[in-house]
Amino acid sequence: MTRTDPTDVPRPDAQLHFGVFFQGVNHWTIWSDPASGSQIDPASFLRVARTAERGLFDAFFLGDGQRLRESEGGIHELDVAGRPDSITQLSALAAATDRIGLVSTSNTTYNEPADLARRLAGLDLLSGGRAGWNMVTTHNAWTGENFRRGGFLDHADRYTRAEEFLTVARSVWNGWSEEAVAASADARSWSVPGAVGRVRSRGAHFDVDLAPTLPRSTQGHPVIFQAGDSGEGRDFGARNADVIFSAHGLDFDDALGFAEDVRRRLRAVGRPEDALRILPGTEIIIGATEKEAEEKARWVRLEQVTPAVALGIAGRLWNIDLSGRDADGPLPAEDPVIVEYTGKFGSSRFRDTLATVAEWRAKAEANGWSLREAVIELGPQRGHVGTPAGLAEKFARFVRYGAVDGFNVSPYLVPEGLDDIVDLLVPALQERGVYRTAYTGTTLREHLGLAPVE
Amino acid sequence: MPRPALRLAVELDGDGAHPAAWRRAAHAPAELLTPRRIARTAAAAENAGFTLVTLDDSILPPSSGAGPVGRIGAVERAAFVAAATSVVGVAPVVATTYAEPFHVSSQLSSLDHVSAGRAGWVVGTEEDPTAARAWGRPLVEGPEALAREARDGLRVVRDLWDSWEDDAVIRSVATSRYLDRERLHAIDFEGETYSVKGPSIVPRPPQGRPVVLARQDLVPAELTDVALVGGTTAAETGAAGEAAKAAGVPLAFAEIEVALDTPRESARERIADLERYSPWEERPDRLRYSGSAEGLVALLAELAAHVDGVRLLPLVLDEDLSVLSRLVLPELFVRRLATRPLPGTTLRTSLGLPRPVSRFATDTDAVSATPAALVREETR
Ligand SMILES: Cc1cc2nc3c(=O)[nH]c(=O)nc-3n(C[C@H](O)[C@H](O)[C@H](O)COP(=O)(O)O)c2cc1C
Repeated sequence: MTRTDPTDVPRPDAQLHFGVFFQGVNHWTIWSDPASGSQIDPASFLRVARTAERGLFDAFFLGDGQRLRESEGGIHELDVAGRPDSITQLSALAAATDRIGLVSTSNTTYNEPADLARRLAGLDLLSGGRAGWNMVTTHNAWTGENFRRGGFLDHADRYTRAEEFLTVARSVWNGWSEEAVAASADARSWSVPGAVGRVRSRGAHFDVDLAPTLPRSTQGHPVIFQAGDSGEGRDFGARNADVIFSAHGLDFDDALGFAEDVRRRLRAVGRPEDALRILPGTEIIIGATEKEAEEKARWVRLEQVTPAVALGIAGRLWNIDLSGRDADGPLPAEDPVIVEYTGKFGSSRFRDTLATVAEWRAKAEANGWSLREAVIELGPQRGHVGTPAGLAEKFARFVRYGAVDGFNVSPYLVPEGLDDIVDLLVPALQERGVYRTAYTGTTLREHLGLAPVE
Repeated sequence: MPRPALRLAVELDGDGAHPAAWRRAAHAPAELLTPRRIARTAAAAENAGFTLVTLDDSILPPSSGAGPVGRIGAVERAAFVAAATSVVGVAPVVATTYAEPFHVSSQLSSLDHVSAGRAGWVVGTEEDPTAARAWGRPLVEGPEALAREARDGLRVVRDLWDSWEDDAVIRSVATSRYLDRERLHAIDFEGETYSVKGPSIVPRPPQGRPVVLARQDLVPAELTDVALVGGTTAAETGAAGEAAKAAGVPLAFAEIEVALDTPRESARERIADLERYSPWEERPDRLRYSGSAEGLVALLAELAAHVDGVRLLPLVLDEDLSVLSRLVLPELFVRRLATRPLPGTTLRTSLGLPRPVSRFATDTDAVSATPAALVREETR
């Protein structure tokens, strides 16, 4: 089933870190249930953030997407959509929370470094050193239609721009020396002479000259998260990130393989292996018994993958409009239509259509699955399912063997979806000594156990 | 016919309107950039009874001389202030000279959501050419180009606010649809220098549109809710207010720099003290008042015949704000020259402004409505 565990637990004292990912744009957030709350009301954000803080989570996390998703014929209607500007929302949460980290996913293509670095630094100061930045590089021209320059960036340049962006941002954050402000009102000037530097940077992507306007925060500057999964993305993370938000956290071997790959890349660039934290995204579905948990998971999947959602997903695979067909019937009989991938629509497309369809047909036939069941079973597997004790054992093993440092949990229900994780799973983890029983620091960097910035 | 009472706004940026205000601040200089200081100042303004606080901004340092060179972004400060207060409106200064209007729209819309409908926007402009270098964008030069970027930015931002109709989120379990795409609209803006597709990524703000405050020379009257007017005399200021209203702006607010007598020192002495460090340049578009609290009340009573509100820019926040809250605002309220905002209402409601219907609204009620009914009742 899994690789044989080494006899010596490599990290017996390792602690699990949790973040919560308040999602906003896909079918994984159930909106049809009566318990489902608003996706935009500030009370929903506050409720989730405060629950996470009660559960001693490291971070509250918001994603990013700068164009409303579309499906054939117009705006995609089936899933939750509509969300706040992340830094604005997090600045409000800074006033209403005390300890939890506040992480904004912000794009390096459709932002400019002086502006974004300043916003993030402002959030960092307002929150007392709790800000994080998940750097994403989405660059498609379809998203670009909402911005001044349109889609200007080649795929090949997404990470060179991101890297130069980060270099400028870091210079902005480090532009003031410690004690840059006069100690008293009698001083010659408000800032200590020579203590506020200038950022001049001229590279392939940016040509800027500015005076940074903010001091360093309690944690130095925002914690850098990174979520690209390509080889280039992983190398970028190894060079620059404090935290990797990965999609490898479900299967132990896959998670360990990813973590070992990241550690290899870290060594290659001369960073210590513990220089960053790996927090895969996951759902966590809890029941009092295994059976109850499985039944709940089944319910969650059916609520997420409604017949219309199933037809939409299969329709994107086949490139055929399947609306009106029976999702609980068999897979479409016709062959898929092959179109070139355009990066449009913002929802995931399938890369190798023919092979995927062949695999779906074979598995559906072997298992007697309907179209909807095939979409559920063969789509991305999302979550850990089990009892509090069972999950705690499993997670303890993941973290002690270095497969993960924790998880970025996506609740499937807003705003209540985190409650049982905090109330049931966190105590089970604490009993096993793999989860903190109190915050020991005040900054996000401290929560994550990262070395201070120099 | 007497006008309704004045609405009161106050500018809370930095330590005050004077470039050397920090010399008289009641805190250590570095404290300026802390959340505690920002929350405390906002609470003082809210408790005093102001309807709106404004927060100045620029990507450039606030001072190029011996004054403060640090400032947290106004949108971030505004969101923080919104969460730390419950009644007062919050309006950051935001310039679209170089910023992305799409982001600005999302930010202000989100500010309106986090404040439950208390957001405003003071339309700014980045006139200093070095701002282009900071942004790394082509220089926008001259009054015409600056006005173009302000106007186009405002158009895009407003259209994006309108791009989600109020009831676009339908949560229809029967049809499996969370959204109704008929109630979401591309804005297809085509300007001289850029285009924007839309719709917004943020649902329609609670107020429909956050309140737009702007100088008259910067953006068209029909895009403005509150004209910020001024002059070097009360008569000039009053006339500017009347002119803005005649041009079709719903409300006019007079901009007044104020320095007040405190129990220990006269306004004149306080100004003289600060003038030792740097001059307080007069601006032709701002009235300036220095003197007693009673004198300010008398000035505001005079202006109340011509404008709908005032935006006060205090010499030193830590000194003038407390005189305003102890002596000026209570007197204005007692004499019914000014009103406080009502708890639980939006900034639009406090200002007596109707809630606008989306200009893309397909709703037959709205389309067939008479002009007066173009406003949908507050439903929050
Ligand atoms: C777990 C995970 C979460 C992500 N979240 C976002 C997001 O919220 N917004 C976004 O624009 N991109 C997001 N991405 C996309 C990546 O950050 C990245 O920009 C994209 O995958 C292209 O880089 P790559 O080719 O290295 O994967 C996410 C990726 C992963 C693996």
